[in-house]
Amino acid sequence: MGLFIAQLLTGLANAGALFMVASGLSLIFGVTRIVNFAHGSFYMLGAYVGYTLMQVLPGAFGFWGAILLTGIIVGLVGVIVEIVVLRPVYRAPELFQLVATFGVILVIQDLALMIWGPQDLLGPRAPGLKGVVRILGEPVPKYDLALIGITPFVALALWWLIARTRVGILVRAATQDREMVGALGVNQSWLFTGVFFLGCALAGLGGAVQLPKGGADLLMDFNILASIFVVVVIGGMGSLPGAYLAAVLVSVLNVFGVTYLPQSTLVLMFVVMALVLMIRPYGLLGREEVAGDPGQSGEPERPIKPAGARVRLIVAAGIALLALVPLIAPPFATVLVTDILIFCLFAASLHFLLGLGGLVSFGHAAFFGGGAYTAALLVAHADSPMELALLLAPLGAGLLALIIGWICLRLTGVYFAMLTLAFAQLLWSLVYQWGDVTGGDDGLVDIWPPDWASSSTVFFYLALVLCVGGILALRHAAHAPFGYALRAARDSKRQAEATGIDTRAVQWGAFALAGAMAGLAGGLFVFAKGSVFPNELEITRSFDALIVVFLGGVKTLSGGVVGGAVFESVKDVLTRFEYWRLALGLTIIAVVILAPEGIVGSLRRLGERLGLLRAPEDGS
Amino acid sequence: MNAVLSVRNLTKSFGGNRAVDDVSFDLARGELLALIGPNGAGKSTCFNMMTGHLKPDGGTVSLNGSPITGLKPRRIWRLGVGRTFQITATYASMTVVENVQMALISHHRRVFALRPYAHRLYRDEALGFLDLVGMAAQADRHCAVLAYGDLKRLELAIALCHAPGLLLMDEPTAGMAPGERTALMQLIADIVAQRQLSVLFTEHDMDTVFAHAHRVMVLNRGRLIANGTVAEIRADRQVQDVYLGGGTLFSALEPPSDA
Ligand SMILES: Nc1ncnc2c1ncn2[C@@H]1O[C@H](COP(=O)(O)OP(=O)(O)OP(=O)(O)O)[C@@H](O)[C@H]1O
Ligand SMILES: [Mg+2]
Repeated sequence: MGLFIAQLLTGLANAGALFMVASGLSLIFGVTRIVNFAHGSFYMLGAYVGYTLMQVLPGAFGFWGAILLTGIIVGLVGVIVEIVVLRPVYRAPELFQLVATFGVILVIQDLALMIWGPQDLLGPRAPGLKGVVRILGEPVPKYDLALIGITPFVALALWWLIARTRVGILVRAATQDREMVGALGVNQSWLFTGVFFLGCALAGLGGAVQLPKGGADLLMDFNILASIFVVVVIGGMGSLPGAYLAAVLVSVLNVFGVTYLPQSTLVLMFVVMALVLMIRPYGLLGREEVAGDPGQSGEPERPIKPAGARVRLIVAAGIALLALVPLIAPPFATVLVTDILIFCLFAASLHFLLGLGGLVSFGHAAFFGGGAYTAALLVAHADSPMELALLLAPLGAGLLALIIGWICLRLTGVYFAMLTLAFAQLLWSLVYQWGDVTGGDDGLVDIWPPDWASSSTVFFYLALVLCVGGILALRHAAHAPFGYALRAARDSKRQAEATGIDTRAVQWGAFALAGAMAGLAGGLFVFAKGSVFPNELEITRSFDALIVVFLGGVKTLSGGVVGGAVFESVKDVLTRFEYWRLALGLTIIAVVILAPEGIVGSLRRLGERLGLLRAPEDGS
Repeated sequence: MNAVLSVRNLTKSFGGNRAVDDVSFDLARGELLALIGPNGAGKSTCFNMMTGHLKPDGGTVSLNGSPITGLKPRRIWRLGVGRTFQITATYASMTVVENVQMALISHHRRVFALRPYAHRLYRDEALGFLDLVGMAAQADRHCAVLAYGDLKRLELAIALCHAPGLLLMDEPTAGMAPGERTALMQLIADIVAQRQLSVLFTEHDMDTVFAHAHRVMVLNRGRLIANGTVAEIRADRQVQDVYLGGGTLFSALEPPSDA
């Protein structure tokens, strides 16, 4: 009994920081409709800033003062980010906002590295709250009790702010009807900035408040991201009481999970989320939301045509040139080009979903990793030959996509995006924690191709055939009735359904096809590297693919492939610099704001301007 | 009576607002029936319940005697009901003819085909429909750059693809010049005569309605207040009250949003 209560209290204490961070995210989303993927970064920043301030300010007064000050400082950083990065993309589709905030993540990561260095920082103890209290014989840290006491006050203060003040009324009005606030004569952009300040300040507070229980390190941003998404999704986007409820639920679950099911703490969280969403798709306290047609940014997408004879010739020549790589280039280049090919197939599969289907999947790594682990597990446990493993990798990933797609496609817009992300995390935690089968963090190693394909040259040709084949197959599907139906469902679901097209079935099929192709890429990846680790399933993997598709150009057929090729080649050079994340992050932000059409789109525009390509009619 | 469409006691409220209130009527084969009424009278809401886009609170809709209430829009379409929207819904990223081809692909049940090139499928058939509505010259234009009236025509072509027995058109002539309106309504009247089609349409332009409709129904605040021939409707006191008493029927320019 004592242990039970002690654990319950630990759970409640942990819920504090989680609630603060998650409520900030929820608030920002509720008013601005932006999913701030950089929210974890503000939390991390809060931890670092708080640490520094606590070194300087003495005593208990200094400690709590440092926490408050941290909130304000991080909030102000948030204001800068909002004004510089997000204002230009409020009207753009979700993807633009995701990519922009992802750029912010990279920038903050490197800034933190520059300022605080790479070593983990251990948080200072709270003055006056260092010991433990015995409750029914079990020790409970005093600081935990303080947190349990403080959190409801923060929640109440927030509630008071939202429910009782003029600003709060505006915020609530904006959450329900954004146009109306504009009509009331309130300056909407300053309201957004204010909410961003508050949301980021909360994230900063969360980061500072957890210092005595943890510390500050450079992985905090991504580590908390999945948890706060789960909290916000379970609680209901935009609902503060929901966020509190879900934060408590998740934290308590976690503490008990550690004791009773140590192998499945992470999995548990996502299973609970999946269950909640199956019963209440908009979260425990969220309201149903009808996502509008996905916002179009800039000119509408052009009609597509299968490549003409000239383009086919150029592509054939390009492939022939690629085939010469092992013969003329040094061995490391052959390996590098193999990697690029695999990545291109992965990117092309996401582009199929994203570009043609308008389905912004944030968890495409699930299928890449799914294929990779299917192949690796088959080899490791069933001793199956590479040929069979490569055949089953896309099937396994496709099957996975069928299951995940069936659940996720019930939702649209950001909800769809969050759910796909959560499922990818579920898979990651499954692989990570199920060490007996998957090797856990140590991965599965020593998975090499059989003798006939063991030379990098032969494997290169294998990858060339499969990847180019996969990319061409996806491209053909785009021009087939199925691809047209997918675009029809994206352009006007209303008309498509009104002319007999089962849009969800079409999207489901596309999800499975894209998943299978990503799985093929994953399978090849395993044999190219000889191993697989859980990080192939991580959020960053999914984000890589999204960024690539975005940089290549969502609205162009070849955006995925071109983006993949450029990114993967540049990455190799780029990552040799110490602060490459900063450079990449700034580049991404610049592209989002200045060249939202991506590489292919911008080149096409340039070609038209120079008269090399035929411009679209009516000067659109 | 062998009605193509029978609507009985159809009712729908949004919050406290009774948008459609106990509406009943029949539509005979080959009939061109107009549903008129001021802005917000509930016309589009009626349409949306007949095509499965909205679930009625009460009442039934039957097609050729069998109930279709509550079916999904795509099922109702398969049963031979074509529709056009008040706010046009077309595939902006495709060309005009591809928009029609898409509907034909669905008509021929080849949505999931992966082998053929979609832009070659049923192209001639699609061009035929475009020719019918006077859009053949613009077949290969990008749908996103069309004028509003042309989008309406394109929607009509799409709605005809499944050889429907019943056509529901929500403001088919909105955004057109007066001359164009007459031409389009004449075209619709011809199609009705040729193919024994039944048409229910809404329209804000009274001249158009009175010139072409076989019968007119008047909806006001969700209730049917009159149902008769053009002459009867013209003479109806209640209808005159609705329109002359500050009704917006004649001055309606831009309609509010639709489903
Ligand atoms: N989805 C909805 N939610 C809430 N109210 C709605 C909805 N759709 C329609 N209404 C309301 O129902 C009433 C009828 O609207 P409807 O669009 O059917 O009118 P209408 O006769 O088509 O008007 P118009 O001539 O302007 O197109 C209006 O008061 C409208 O505000
Ligand atoms: Mg209407």
